[in-house]
This record gives sequence, C-alpha cells and structure tokens, in this order.
Amino acid sequence: MELLKIQNIEKYYGGKLNLTKAVDDISFKVDEGEFVAIMGASGSGKTTLLNCISTIDRVTAGHIFLGDMDITKLKGKALTNFRRDRLGFIFQDFNLLDTLTAYENIALALSIQNRPAKEIDEAVKLAAKQLGITEVLEKYPYQMSGGQKQRVASARAIITHPSLILADEPTGALDSKSAKLLLERFNYLNSENNATIIMVTHDSFTASYASRVLFIKDGRLFNEISRGDSSRKEFFNKIIDVVTLLGGDVSDAL
Amino acid sequence: MLFKLSLNNIRRSIRDYAVYFFTLIIGVSIFYSFNSLSTQAAYLRIENDEHDMIELLKDFISGVSVFVAIVLGLLIVYANRFLMKRRNKEFALYLMMGMSKRRISRILLTETVIIGISSLFAGLLLGIGLSQLMAALTANLFDADMSAYKFTVSSSAVVKTVICFGIMYLVVMILNVAVIGKCRLIELLQSGKRSEIIKQKKMWICVPVFLISAAVLAYEYFVVGWHMEKLSRERFALIIAGGAVCTFLLFWSVSGMILRVVMSMKGVYFRSLNSFTFRQISSKINTNVMSMTVICLMLFLTICLLSSAFTVRNSMRSNIEEYCPADFEVTYSEKEGGETGFDGSPVFVDIEEMYRQAGFELSDNMKEYVHFHRYTDTDLTLESFCGEKAEELKIKYPFIAWNRAEEIVKLSDYNKVMELYGREKLELADNEFVITCNFENALNLRNSALSKGLVINVFGRELVSKTDECVDSFIDLSAQHVNDGIIIIPDSAADESFASVDAFIGNYKATDKEEKNAIEKIKREEYKKVCDTYIDPYAENSGNDIFCDIDTKAAINNNAVGLGAIVTFVCLYIGLIFLISCAAILALKHLSDCTDSSERYEMLRKIGAGEKEINSSLFRQTGIFFMVPLILAGVHSVFGMKFASDVLGAIGTEGIMGSVCITVLMILAVYGGYFLITYLCSRYIIKSRKT
Repeated sequence: MELLKIQNIEKYYGGKLNLTKAVDDISFKVDEGEFVAIMGASGSGKTTLLNCISTIDRVTAGHIFLGDMDITKLKGKALTNFRRDRLGFIFQDFNLLDTLTAYENIALALSIQNRPAKEIDEAVKLAAKQLGITEVLEKYPYQMSGGQKQRVASARAIITHPSLILADEPTGALDSKSAKLLLERFNYLNSENNATIIMVTHDSFTASYASRVLFIKDGRLFNEISRGDSSRKEFFNKIIDVVTLLGGDVSDAL
Repeated sequence: MLFKLSLNNIRRSIRDYAVYFFTLIIGVSIFYSFNSLSTQAAYLRIENDEHDMIELLKDFISGVSVFVAIVLGLLIVYANRFLMKRRNKEFALYLMMGMSKRRISRILLTETVIIGISSLFAGLLLGIGLSQLMAALTANLFDADMSAYKFTVSSSAVVKTVICFGIMYLVVMILNVAVIGKCRLIELLQSGKRSEIIKQKKMWICVPVFLISAAVLAYEYFVVGWHMEKLSRERFALIIAGGAVCTFLLFWSVSGMILRVVMSMKGVYFRSLNSFTFRQISSKINTNVMSMTVICLMLFLTICLLSSAFTVRNSMRSNIEEYCPADFEVTYSEKEGGETGFDGSPVFVDIEEMYRQAGFELSDNMKEYVHFHRYTDTDLTLESFCGEKAEELKIKYPFIAWNRAEEIVKLSDYNKVMELYGREKLELADNEFVITCNFENALNLRNSALSKGLVINVFGRELVSKTDECVDSFIDLSAQHVNDGIIIIPDSAADESFASVDAFIGNYKATDKEEKNAIEKIKREEYKKVCDTYIDPYAENSGNDIFCDIDTKAAINNNAVGLGAIVTFVCLYIGLIFLISCAAILALKHLSDCTDSSERYEMLRKIGAGEKEINSSLFRQTGIFFMVPLILAGVHSVFGMKFASDVLGAIGTEGIMGSVCITVLMILAVYGGYFLITYLCSRYIIKSRKT
C-alpha cells in the first residue's frame, strides 16, 4: 500500500544571482512497511529532501502526500501535531536531552502527546526491550555509549507508532559494531512492527540493510535499486557498483 | 577596525547584555535621583526648620550612597565576569587568529567604554525624569508646597554619579584586562565543552537536612516573634547567622528533594514537558544554591526595610495627633541631689519667675496653660517600686536604669493637664495612687510588678495601688508613646520640698496657622534668651545639673515628619538597589542558562513539542526560579516583620498592613518587571532559528 508520495518537489536557496537548486524535481513513492535508504554525496541534497519530508523545511514547489494528506500545505499547530503524531525522528547526533535519563527521554515523546503515565510506562519498556536497551534505561546520556544513545533515540522515535520513521545519517557517529547492531534493530522493527523507515546515508554498508536504495546526485534522482530476494551481501555489491558509477566522495566513503 | 569589532560584539551579544545594560541604567538613574534630592528640595516651599532636616537627609543619602555604590560595584563586577565567561570561545578565536592579548584587551576596553558611556547617558536621562517624580514624593513626605517647583537638573548629582560609575567601570576594565592577561588558549577552547553531569543528592541526607533546617528556622521564628526578651545581642547575631545557614541548607535540600517528589508522582511527571521542565528547574536550583540564598536574604531585608520605613512614617503622623495635644511645653529641672540652683537660690525655681527675671511673661500669648510641679523621691526608684519582683525582672530586663527615681505628679495637676489635653481625668482616694505609662516595654515590666493593693512609700507615706495595671496616659508632649511611667498621687500626699521639675504646658492664643507660627517664633526667641541668661554661663560647671527644656508641637511635628522622610528615603534607596541587584543576578543566570540549553529546545521542537508547550515550560522555569527565593524571603519577612513591629512598638505600628501592601506592590513592580523581561528575552533566545 502506498504511504508516501513525493510529486515533483523542488527546493531552491539563495536569490536570482546565486540560485542553488538543492532539490530539483524529485518524485518517488514509498509503500507502507518499506525500508528505504537515500544515498548521495554530501551536498547532493539528500538531507534537504529529508527535511522537506519531515516538514522541518518547506518545499519551493511540488507536493508531498502522506496517506492522502498534503503535508506541504500544513501550517502552525497542525504542522506541530503532524510532526508529533505521525513522524518519528532519528538524528546523526542523537538529539537526546542530556538532563533526562534514557527512560525519560523515550517517555517524553509520549508525554508530549499527553498519554497517561501508566500507558507510557508499558510502552517505554516494550520499546526498550525491542531495541535492547532495558539495562540502560535509568542512565543519563553521558553515561551511555554512542550506540546505546542512538538506540535510545530510535526507541523514542518508534514509541509513538509513527506512520513514518525518518533517520538522518543514524550511523554517522557510531563505530561499525554499534552501527551494525542498530541497523539490525531497524530491520527487526521493519519486519516485526511493519515500520516504514526512510534513512539518509552516504555509507553503502548502512544502505545495504534497506529494502530499496535511492541515489541522488546534484538534487536529482540518479538511480534506484531494490534488494528483492538477494542477500544483503549481494545487495551491498550492487550498491557499490552504483556508487562507483556515481563517482565523487561517496566512493571515498567506502 | 577595533572599534567596529567592539560595536559588533555588543550588537551580537545584545541578548546577553540586555539585562546587564538595563540594570546599569536603572542603577545610574536611582543613584542620580536620590543624590539630587537636596537640589530638588531647594525648589520646594519647605518650612525653615525642615531645611535642617533636608541637610540631614542629604548627609544620610551621601553616606548611604557609598554603601550603594559598593553594592552596585559588586553587582557590575559580577555581571561582567559572568558575561566575559560566556565569550571564552570568541577570545580563543581571536588568539588563534594571532591577535595579541593586548589587542583583545583593547577591544574589551572599547566595549566597556561604549557600554559605560551609553548606560550613563541613558541612566542619567531616566534619572532626571525620575527625580522630578521624587520631588513630588519629597513634597508629600515633608508636607511641602509644590507650586514653586520647576524642572531641575542637579549638576552636583550628575558629577557624583559620573564619578562613581566611572570608577566602577574603571575597575571592570582593569579586571577584564587582568582576566585576559591570565587566560590560556587551551582553557578558553575547552571551556565550551561542558559535559552535563547530573548528580542526584541522596534522599537520606536531604530529608534530615531539610527537617533540621526547617525546625531550626521554626524555632528562630518562634524566638524572634514571641520571645523577644530572650534576645541578647549575641543571641540575636546567632539567630541571624543561623537563619542564613538554614536558608542555605533549605535550598540545598529542597533542590535535592523536589525532583524526587515530583518524579514519584508519575501522572504529573510524565505529562507534557513536565519531566524536562522539572529537570531543568532542579539543576538550576542545584547549581545556584549559594546565589539563591544571598538573594533570598537580600529580598528579606528589602521587604523588612521598606515595610518598616513606610510604617514609621505613617505612625509618626498619627502619633503626633494623639501624643502631642498641646502647642507648648517648657520644663525646668535639676539633677537629683543638686543642692543649689543657677544663682544660689533654692533647689527649686519657678519657671515663670525665671522668665520674668529675664523680662518676659511666660503666660503671654497663651490661651490656656497649666503650671505645675513634678516630684521625685530618691528612695522611690524603679527597683523599689517593683519590690520583691525586682530581682526576677532585673534578669529579664537587664538594660534598664533600675535606680532612677520615679517621677511623681499631684492628682489635681494631672487632671488640669488632662483637661487641657481634652483627655480623661482620674479620681483617687486619699491613700491610693496610680501609675501612668504608655511605653510598651516599660508597660510590660510595670504591669508584671503591679497588682491592686501594691504598697509604695512616697514621701514617707504609704500609698496603695488603685489599679491592677498602668493607666494608658502621658504628660509630656512627644511624637510617640514614650511615657515610661509617671506616678499620680493624691494632693494630700504631695510634699513641695521634693519638687524637682517645674513644668509649664499651654496652648497658643491663635486661630490659624499664621498666628501660631508667629507665636511659636516669639516663644522660641524668649526661650533662647532665658537660656542664654541663666543656663549658659554655668554650662561648663553646672550645666549638667540644670535643664531647661522646650517642646513645641511645631518642632515635634517637623522633626517627626523630617525623620519619617529620612527613614523612608534611606530605606527606599537601599531597598530599591537590593531589589534590582537580586533581580539582575537571577535574570543573568537564567538567560545564560537559556543560551546554554537553547539546543535542547531545538530538540524538543524536532520531536514534536508545540511552541505553546515549550513557552509554558520556559515560563514555569523562569517563574519558579524567581519565585523560590521570593517565597522563602516572604516567609522570613512575616516573622521578621513581627519582630520589627515589636521593636517599632515605641513609634507605633499603625497602618502596618498598608505599608506591607505598598512594599509588596513595589516588589512586584520591580521584581515582576525583571521577571517579565527575563521571560521575554529567554523566549527570544530559544526561538527557533529555522522558520
């Protein structure tokens, strides 16, 4: 079932003289339960694209439909509510509140929705179990490793059961072991909870965990490959091939 | 180049500097307007005697200004150090780019000069405006006429303000240069890397500390409010020190407990942004225990000072109506045991006779008067009056002159005075006496010794007390109820040979104020001449034996009004400065906290917290941060004021509620103003950078 439909969106920066087309006429669709990775070199516009989808940034032209709602038309309170209820965010730098414990950080996403405390408690414990962070729940961010922090952030993102989880370079600040652990959790959430995930990355290894990879170059859609029934290893090799074709610093990032 | 950089720096950090600048302006304007008081007063039509009071006021304000300058100086140095710390990164950048420390110092100097000059200028402008309002207040306090007033600028006050603040800014500059000279690049670079480490205090320490400090405070409140007599000077100091320590411990323990308490209420803690809000508040109180204590104590002082000042002023006015019911009183007295008078005449002299010898008639211009004697019996002292209870009472009231002879007045004389005053007369049987007293401390003491039927020995005769308690009355004109005891005896018991004071009390033969003032002038001149003739030549060797004393309603009134005004002004001055200092420190701390945690708000926004919720969280944080010291200061003040009202008992505490209300309004205006500015500034600081 089609969940997200992106129609000819454009995002320009600057004025007449120094116009930058960060996103230049991109269209694609994401089905429910899909795990999509968006790859591209730095400056290719992938983060801008994600920001537009997440309503943090506004598009210059085009439409983004989530279900049958045009989210580019949302304003003010409706926008905040949409972000709060329908989206889950995972950031490269975790964005955990350093004054709160892991438990409270996760609970905050539900508190903002004004859910009763009892319901919050159950939900937090379940999410923590799914992401394997039950034992760090009472710790503060400064007492956790990067991987733990990112899993806490992920727990916070999924706990509201959002329609769409957006991850911006989630493994960017992690070592390879933690990254692998996190991505396996993503796969788990994707298959068990039927969570729809869109992940921006420039790392082919990270992207190989997705079911489909979109490649972006200079603000345009460059290529798109699906994993299908192939193994992760084969998929990884396919990605490498495209990246080589793409050139630029993505290949450096291998 | 450097100038431009400095200017840009200020513009860029205007958010940080706004409160600093605002405080400087207010400080300068308050400083100016109080120091310009005497110049202002020159334009008011104030009666001559009161000009002395204005001079006194000027001296007082000058003295207090030194203290105020020190407080403001400390505040400025503190605020400046604080703002400097926030800019470590910037200095590190300059140093890395290869700028010398000397040049950085120059940038800072330029900044301080820019801020100093502009704040002085703005503050003086505001102060000049404010001082016109102060003139109205002065006129009101001194009962003066405003009609001759015109807009004035006091050049002396301007000069004084500029010099005082100039010195403060100079100190700031020197300190800044010293800080820059001492700093090391690596420290500057690392100063931004702040790892928030949350240490929760142990409940088992917090709870006992809280209970103990609360108990000690409660005990101190009890002693201060209800057992004043237990207070010796040392104990009083101990109580103040204990109160300060307990305030600190209370904040310390509460900061540890508040979070635990809220956290245990899951329904509250996990609602909306509450978990975030309470964490922020808790860490804020945690890191600011010391400054909150100081602020709480300063607020406490401010509240007590202001309410007492207003009370003193109010009571003085109403007291004069009551305790000064006649226009004129002159008394002539000799020290106990004095053998001869001023000219070798008998021990006791008739004061009318004395005036006549000098060529005046004392009863001239008097509509009505009473001329009577007052007696003392050296065997009848306070100690012997108290009898067997004396020993016990001596312990309770150690600072009283126990061996002073009691003052005695005949019943018929007393009744004549009461008739003049329009007050109730007394009746006594031949063997009875009563004692009049209205000074609260003396009243308590005497009442505990007095009982119906108590026998005293007056001039060799035994008299029995008619009443159980002292009679609330007085004889001497005064601004307050300060009669510490006059014994009234039946005429038959009086013995003229014990007369020690000759008193003359009367009302002027005048119908309006003009006439009264004219007579007042004549009577004062007469008195002066009489004194010059008879008292002064002997002043050196026998001056201590002879007293001639004049009291007039006009003089008492002027003194009381002047004194009330001085007390009001001085307390207002100190109170205002304390208030803005407290509020400024809180505001600065809060704003810098907000800058530090602005990214936290950005995160909240990203995970979907609405602007309304974020603002309400911020409002609560600001509110609680400002309220906590105020609340404790308020509680302190309730008992502090109870104490103050006991101490002020002599002056009277009429209208204390009104005074407290005015004080509360003033505090709400100033403190609330700071709160509002802080809240709005912090909202601006955490405002989303992206739109």
